[in-house]
Amino acid sequence: MADLVGSLLNLALLASAVRLAVPILLTALGAVYTERGGVFNIGLEGTMIMGTFFGAAATHAVAQALPASQGPLASMLAPLAGMAAAMLAGVLFSLIHALVSVTFRVDQLLSGVALNLLAVGLARFLNILLFGVATQSPGVNGFPPLAIPVLRDIPALAPVATGISPVIPVALALVVAGQWVLLRTTFGLRLRSVGENPHAADTLGIDVARLRYAGVLISGALAGLAGGYLSIEQGRGYLEGMTQGRGFIALAAMIFGNWWPLGALGASALFGYFDALSLRVVAVGVPYQFITVLPHIATILVLAGVVRRATPPAADGIPFTKEEG
Amino acid sequence: MDAIVELSGITKRFPGVLANDRISLAVAPGEIHALVGENGAGKSTLMKILYGLYQPDDGTVAVRGERVVLDSPRRAIALGIGMVHQHFMLVPRFSVAENVILGAEPARGGRLLAGEARARIAALADQYGLAVDPAAPVDGLSVGEQQRVEILKVLYRGAEVLILDEPTAVLTPQEVDDLFANLRRLRAEGKTVVFISHILEEVLAIADRITVLRGGRVVGTLVAREATKAQIAEMMVGRPVLMDLAIPPARPGEVALEVAGAVVAGRRGRPAVRGVSFTVRGGEIYGIAGVEGNGQSELVEALVGLRPLAAGRLAIRGRDVTRAGVRAIRLLGVAHIPEDRHRRGLVLPMDVWENLILGHHGRKEFGRGPVLDRVAVWRYAADRVQRFDVRTPSLATPVLALSGGNQQKVVVARELGFAPTVLIAAQPTRGLDIGATEFVWTQLAEARAAGLAVVLVSAMLDEVLTLADRVGVIHAGRIVAEFPRGGASPREIGLAMTGARLGERSA
Repeated sequence: MADLVGSLLNLALLASAVRLAVPILLTALGAVYTERGGVFNIGLEGTMIMGTFFGAAATHAVAQALPASQGPLASMLAPLAGMAAAMLAGVLFSLIHALVSVTFRVDQLLSGVALNLLAVGLARFLNILLFGVATQSPGVNGFPPLAIPVLRDIPALAPVATGISPVIPVALALVVAGQWVLLRTTFGLRLRSVGENPHAADTLGIDVARLRYAGVLISGALAGLAGGYLSIEQGRGYLEGMTQGRGFIALAAMIFGNWWPLGALGASALFGYFDALSLRVVAVGVPYQFITVLPHIATILVLAGVVRRATPPAADGIPFTKEEG
Repeated sequence: MDAIVELSGITKRFPGVLANDRISLAVAPGEIHALVGENGAGKSTLMKILYGLYQPDDGTVAVRGERVVLDSPRRAIALGIGMVHQHFMLVPRFSVAENVILGAEPARGGRLLAGEARARIAALADQYGLAVDPAAPVDGLSVGEQQRVEILKVLYRGAEVLILDEPTAVLTPQEVDDLFANLRRLRAEGKTVVFISHILEEVLAIADRITVLRGGRVVGTLVAREATKAQIAEMMVGRPVLMDLAIPPARPGEVALEVAGAVVAGRRGRPAVRGVSFTVRGGEIYGIAGVEGNGQSELVEALVGLRPLAAGRLAIRGRDVTRAGVRAIRLLGVAHIPEDRHRRGLVLPMDVWENLILGHHGRKEFGRGPVLDRVAVWRYAADRVQRFDVRTPSLATPVLALSGGNQQKVVVARELGFAPTVLIAAQPTRGLDIGATEFVWTQLAEARAAGLAVVLVSAMLDEVLTLADRVGVIHAGRIVAEFPRGGASPREIGLAMTGARLGERSA
């Protein structure tokens, strides 16, 4: 028994949970922005896929182009370019969603589903075009990992204090910033107002469409970054299907987190933990197929149980039509 | 005195409708100017033009003597014109302060200055006597308080002219009194108010001048002090209006509805009705008067089977239906005009003919086996539409396209259409104009003459006093007083509505 508790709480597992939580967290944070502005973006899974592909492809391209001379800065350049490309790809991809669902007021779920299908095909097509194979890019190197000073010298803490991707502190900072932006800035107040009652915002001279675009594009940037993290930092290359539905789990995390960045952080940590657990338990002898569904079962249980009390923005998912003017 | 706002020759067409036909209107600074007219007379359209939401097809607007083009609310606000919409434009989950500053936030570098916002709102609230807590979330406020938030929003933006679109439609009598006190205070502080309404008592009570619209045109402008109710009503409707229905003495028949010790749970499980007993005989109207929220809604829902009785007994024509459901109760001949016709009375996207038979669509005369007999149904619906004067382009028009008055006529036509013996009418004239109100009153009086037992629940005292043979006053879930027709003055009943015991009124 003590063994089991020990294995459920050991530091290597926690470190792995944190690593696995990051892509869910970043995407969930993006989902908070878009839904606070009143637009469902179920296409975030596809947006993540775009991030994984373009992230890896850009990292590979820049690494190839750089002279072989090494140095700490040079080794950062390629993954940095990859992350930027992943975010840009996310923004452009979600621009389609904004155009279709905000400007043309097409059903937001339909548009999102279409984007998810498009992303799978597009990534495969581009991969064949660039690398000659369908499902895999050449391997890439990520950022040099960070270590926490002082703590890294304690051997027992090594799993959590070393080998930290620089994206992890960035993600945490983005969460705190997100909470602040939504609560304490003009932009946040207006974004939330168009997600709650766009007609009221409209009568006060607020540009509903522009804010909804902003929410959707921010979600695209963050989901793209999440994808980039997956392929550059974790996968060391693009692999078809590597997002494994995390875009959808991120939506669940957003709901579980009651549409707040800090809430999404807690929910993502939980989902990351189940994810890590599912990787861990393989060794114990439970059938592999059962273990891999564990995070998804956790998602369903959470959504079915806890979430009934969550309250979405009142105008979430409802296209805004201006009164005759 | 030069006009602060002057509209000249305003014309606005919508497909198939001439909403405003060369309307001219001058509003003097510092006055309360009422704009009255039936639904569809063009009041709201005109005010939306003044607020920049609609562009007129023809005509000009001048503010403080200068001709202006109002192409957006932003422009109107900049010129000092603000609007309090009939349906509040608030974000329920935001605080009062957030709602007030939204779109005009005090900020430094994108960062909200919450302290400054609160201070400015508190100062405004103080200056105009609009008591409301800036930190309170709006969804916890009463309707009257929400309206004060809307007024604050407008004042915060520096409005000199406030347009209020049917501001009293959603208020309880007490809240109306508070609103009027607020409006007088605004006038005293030099603001100008344009007040849209179709309720004449209110208009006469608050306005300095009254402009009457009918069919998109100005019929005339009156000085309120010199105007009478009958005069305005006639201008609005275009013919003399029967303001007081002549009701013959009651000829009560058998007991049709019997309620004994009814206890009904309200929201969050607390009892909303706490032991109500009364009986209603055929050919009699039993009125239930009271300030809204004193258990009327729950009582009505219990009478028609929508809400279970926690205790007590309910019988219809001698049959115990305490545990019966909606269907069983309806089959006994209980008709129901619900207080919220949109939520309970109609299926808005469905057509007029469908709404006219809903709930009775299984009757033999409408079907051949499981299939609706279109011909029979349409013949029936056409007859109803004609008999109840429902103004609709066709039987196949979705009900949501009709005006409020015509929607209510559809509800009344359906409920009275199948020979009921008991009629439960809850707030049957809410939101209706004079013409439609007159129609509904006539129908209720005819139902009584036809021997129906009628329960009339209304927050409008004059409605109950006009129609009811007996009036029960409901307060905090109990019938606190009961009067026969003419047995009490409106003042006495009004006092009972507030829960004051009759003996206390001399104190």
